[in-house]
Amino acid sequence: MTLLDKLLQLLVAVAVFAAVMGVVLLVADRARGRRTDLVSGLAFVAPAVLLLVIGLLYPASRTAAQSFLDASSANFVGLDNYIRIFTQPDLVIVLRNTLLWVVIAPILSTAIGLVYAVLVDRTRFEAFAKALIFLPMAISLVGASIIWKFVYAYRPNQQNIQQIGLVNQVLVWLGFEPVNFILAEPWNNLLLIVVIIWIQAGFAMTLLSAAIKAIPSDIIEAARLDGVGGVRLFFYITLPSIRPAVVVVITAISIAVLKVFDIVRTMTGGQFGTSVVANEFYLQSFRLSDLGMGSALAMILFVLVVPIVIYNVRQMRKVDAR
Amino acid sequence: MTVIDTKDTGAGPDLVTAATTRSAGAKKGLTSPWASIAALVIAVLWTIPTFGLFLSSFRPERDVQRTGWWTFLANPNLTLDNYSRVLFGGSQPLAGFFVNSIMVTLPAVLIPIILATTAAYGFAWTRFPLRDTLFVAIFALQIVPLQVALIPLLEIFVGTGLNGTFWTVWIAHSTFALPLAIFLLHNSMREIPEELVEAARVDGAGHVRIFLTIMLPLMKPAIAAYAVFQFLWVWNDLLVALVFAGGTTDVAPLTVRVAELAGTRDSDWHLLASGAFVSIIIPLIVFFALQRYFVRGLLAGSVKG
Repeated sequence: MTLLDKLLQLLVAVAVFAAVMGVVLLVADRARGRRTDLVSGLAFVAPAVLLLVIGLLYPASRTAAQSFLDASSANFVGLDNYIRIFTQPDLVIVLRNTLLWVVIAPILSTAIGLVYAVLVDRTRFEAFAKALIFLPMAISLVGASIIWKFVYAYRPNQQNIQQIGLVNQVLVWLGFEPVNFILAEPWNNLLLIVVIIWIQAGFAMTLLSAAIKAIPSDIIEAARLDGVGGVRLFFYITLPSIRPAVVVVITAISIAVLKVFDIVRTMTGGQFGTSVVANEFYLQSFRLSDLGMGSALAMILFVLVVPIVIYNVRQMRKVDAR
Repeated sequence: MTVIDTKDTGAGPDLVTAATTRSAGAKKGLTSPWASIAALVIAVLWTIPTFGLFLSSFRPERDVQRTGWWTFLANPNLTLDNYSRVLFGGSQPLAGFFVNSIMVTLPAVLIPIILATTAAYGFAWTRFPLRDTLFVAIFALQIVPLQVALIPLLEIFVGTGLNGTFWTVWIAHSTFALPLAIFLLHNSMREIPEELVEAARVDGAGHVRIFLTIMLPLMKPAIAAYAVFQFLWVWNDLLVALVFAGGTTDVAPLTVRVAELAGTRDSDWHLLASGAFVSIIIPLIVFFALQRYFVRGLLAGSVKG
């Protein structure tokens, strides 16, 4: 396809879309009399609702059904796919890794983001310092994975061979042997989790910093007059005041982490015992063409999200009730 | 699905403009030199990985393969060779994928924003039966992971012959963006004072005119905030791109090709480094130029569902 072909496609797409929206607005505008609200209201929401039904709702229900079918989605196999996920050793490792990701990453990102938000709060270089931590959020997970792959890079320890990965160089400087980190099961999982922490800490910091700034200053002043300062101020005043924001941040990161597959795919391709459910989903569905297994893994992702969301909604209700 | 109401505290644009209202007492108590040193150490730790790869992307192949980037001062060679090779050399130059990324991103940002703004207006300012039920249903769709929709959606695309074209990526991204976009834009549209709408109605304006002449101008900040969000998300996406556009160099965006490089040219760090930065540069520019809006979007909403 030439550049011109592509531009033409872009123009056609925009034109088609503009025409559809034009018709919709025309319909909404034509409605008169008692039915004005009904007709124009439906016209306004119809395109979005239609797209959601075709592109999300219907496919999701198909996936739920396919998860009970075999690899070619021809025969009904009941719970077989799910049973395999919980019993096959290599798939159990995938579940274990997902659990590691979803427990470690949100807690550490939030903790680092919180500590950092408190440390730079009201310092002179606050804006610049925050931008540095926040920056990884703009980088794709693929880019971030390459950045960290380079940090972990390993060269065998022989004459005349120097390390080019920073971590191994630091080990050598300290007098240790270099380590081929990517192969070091099960610790390599933690090294992959570091990448998502590196990205999400900025997100946590931004939201928590806003929450900290929203604490009324008279509360802080009063605590100060009572002689509360430093670490005690943080644990007795700051942390309780921003609890709802902390819950929101942990929830949001957990949900995001569950679905991440870019990091695993770019850094190890899921080898060396590092696969997670989202990566295994891609592998099974599109590489191994096992649609039943792929669908079951997708459903597991969905099922894992639900309790996190319910917990979050409950917490919000509690806060509202106060 | 989650909202913290911190928008009005003035904390949002803090990344850009330092807080102006500081009580002197609070300032004195919180800035101990140790805290500043700790903050500085964390900031350096956070930046070193990116800096190391960035420096390597300009070092000659020989240097990158033999010595660490921290030896640069002892051996200061810089070159643009890596970039010209990765952008224009080889059988699959990145320049083509760069064009694809732009092709994928523009409509995939524009379409969902227009669809979501109209839908948000419908939910916020018109009355029709089952309106609230429908809105809650869309709100709930935010928790459905993309993965759940991909296989059947691919089957639909294959069935309609759209497979392997930009249309699949545009449609998929637009659909997946809608629940969060409608929710966020609906919330900020509800904040527009009712009197404004009432006054326009008295003047005989219909819904379409109110939408176009009152809502759209007032919604600009919220739309901009969401647009930056959606832009970064689409540009940086790998999953949707792989599934719907991964197979062909005509359609595949940068992320797909760079991820492929990482898998196949695993040890060519000079090419990987420059390739990574080719894919990073546009989001970085957008991020620095519009971070005020990006942060506002974060604070108003949540993460991408």
